[in-house]
Amino acid sequence: MSLTMTTGEETNSPAARPEPGSVPVRAGAPTARDAAAAPRTAVPALAIWRLSVYFGANQVLKKVSLEIEARAVTAIIGPSGCGKSTFLRSINRMHELVPEARMEGEIRLFGQDIYSRQVEPVVVRRRVGMVFQKSNPFPTMSIADNVTVGLRLNGVRTRSVMAALWDEVKDRLNAPAISLSGGQQQRLCIARALAVQPEVLLMDEPASALDPLATAKIEDLILELKKDFTIVIVTHNMQQAARISDFTAFLYLGELVEFDVTRKIFTSPARKQTEDYVTGRFG
Amino acid sequence: MTSANHRWRRFKNGLMQSVTLTCAILVIAPLVLVFSHLITSGIGAVNWDFFTKLPKPVGETGGGMANAIVGTVVLLGIASLVGVPVGVLGGVYLSEYSFSRLNVWIRFAADVLNGVPSIIWGMVVYALVVLPMKGFSAWAGGIVLGMMMIPLITRTTEEVLQLVPNGYREAALALGIAQWRTIIQIVVRTALKGIATGVLLSLARVAGETAPLLFTALGNSNWNRNLSDPITALPLQIFSYAISPYDDWHRQAWAGALVLLLLITFINVGVRVLTRDRFQQSTR
Repeated sequence: MSLTMTTGEETNSPAARPEPGSVPVRAGAPTARDAAAAPRTAVPALAIWRLSVYFGANQVLKKVSLEIEARAVTAIIGPSGCGKSTFLRSINRMHELVPEARMEGEIRLFGQDIYSRQVEPVVVRRRVGMVFQKSNPFPTMSIADNVTVGLRLNGVRTRSVMAALWDEVKDRLNAPAISLSGGQQQRLCIARALAVQPEVLLMDEPASALDPLATAKIEDLILELKKDFTIVIVTHNMQQAARISDFTAFLYLGELVEFDVTRKIFTSPARKQTEDYVTGRFG
Repeated sequence: MTSANHRWRRFKNGLMQSVTLTCAILVIAPLVLVFSHLITSGIGAVNWDFFTKLPKPVGETGGGMANAIVGTVVLLGIASLVGVPVGVLGGVYLSEYSFSRLNVWIRFAADVLNGVPSIIWGMVVYALVVLPMKGFSAWAGGIVLGMMMIPLITRTTEEVLQLVPNGYREAALALGIAQWRTIIQIVVRTALKGIATGVLLSLARVAGETAPLLFTALGNSNWNRNLSDPITALPLQIFSYAISPYDDWHRQAWAGALVLLLLITFINVGVRVLTRDRFQQSTR
């Protein structure tokens, strides 16, 4: 599957990213570095430090710290209600849509504090795209319009956009988006998220509502995309995490239990809790 | 189980079925009666003159209600200018900023306003518009109908916006699209047919109002050439003809009632067409 994008304008110029030296090194924060996976960039795409999220009086995340490597796939696993989705949504500030939500701690995107007072959520969301569990193409728009909507409504003119499902839809770009199959709709949503040229792509169980064939296509796409994007994926499916991710974080009851390279998490985890979960003894 | 028992159950079933069928017929009977009576009484006076001529002075036969038909259209136009923006934007606020504590009160006020008798609306606009302008006018008539449309449109707009799945809002916001653009381009656009349905229903509702127009538009037996002057409308013309002692005017009142009912029926058919499309889309 070919992925080529041509947009009228480059939305994220690399010059806007902070210099690598500006990241504070935190003691005690688990790092994803080991000899097996040598870091390709000096700055982690995301440096998350002591992140706590509350919905009203309910604390959903408890001082989670981890660093997410650029141009790699990081999987977040854990049983339902462990805070996986909240973790993901705090990275592009989508959890703020819940009025009583509040957060503590710090998230740095290529060194820049995304919760700083000068940073607007809208700007964060253009740099950190998101794909949801349920595919949600806009029903009033054609396939082509769905892909370009992020650019058009952000005031960018689009000359042409080629997307992740180009080969299958090039003859019917003007057809309604909801005429596509479930798997195609989800890939359309991925294309839509990528069209605004984000640096990080968050995926919240993107294949959990799809059949095995459509799931395989999404997984192939993810492996293709990690050449250009940093991907954080929440998944219920441990085989999926093992197949596609470079790093895996195991969350349980809002706490980060273990974070390491995926092979290590699934073969020789450091914590018994992790082993019990990945072997299916609980969760 | 005995067969006597079985027969008794079948009898009860048949009895209840016919009772409910009778009630269902009673529900639609008034509509059939009204339509058949209006058609038999009014069709005789519906002719080309009725749509193109002005009313004739007392004593002369013939003439038509052209000015009242145009007047109704003009009044509904002014009413839409007042009612649609305020009503739709109010509904958007109620639906999209639903965390506001003010909303409980806005909703309550809209529901109460929907129940306010129309003659009271007329008196309010008489005090607010007619007295300061020192005269009855098309403006006052349009404004009172528009004000009556506002709570109806607000509530229906809120309801159809609530039907837009939250996933669309989240998808748009996650693309870094500003909230106001998300609301206009994604949420309202998705619910546009539902909003149009609400607007049409409110138009159908106020098109037949008579009492508030007595205090505001007053009526006019001639063309209205200035919106600051009195204007007539179909319901007003029907009212004044129906209480007159002349047989010819009575016939024209029947014809006017038939035309008004047909107008409102057409609006309702339009609503059906819009909503049918919406359901087709959602099940695709």
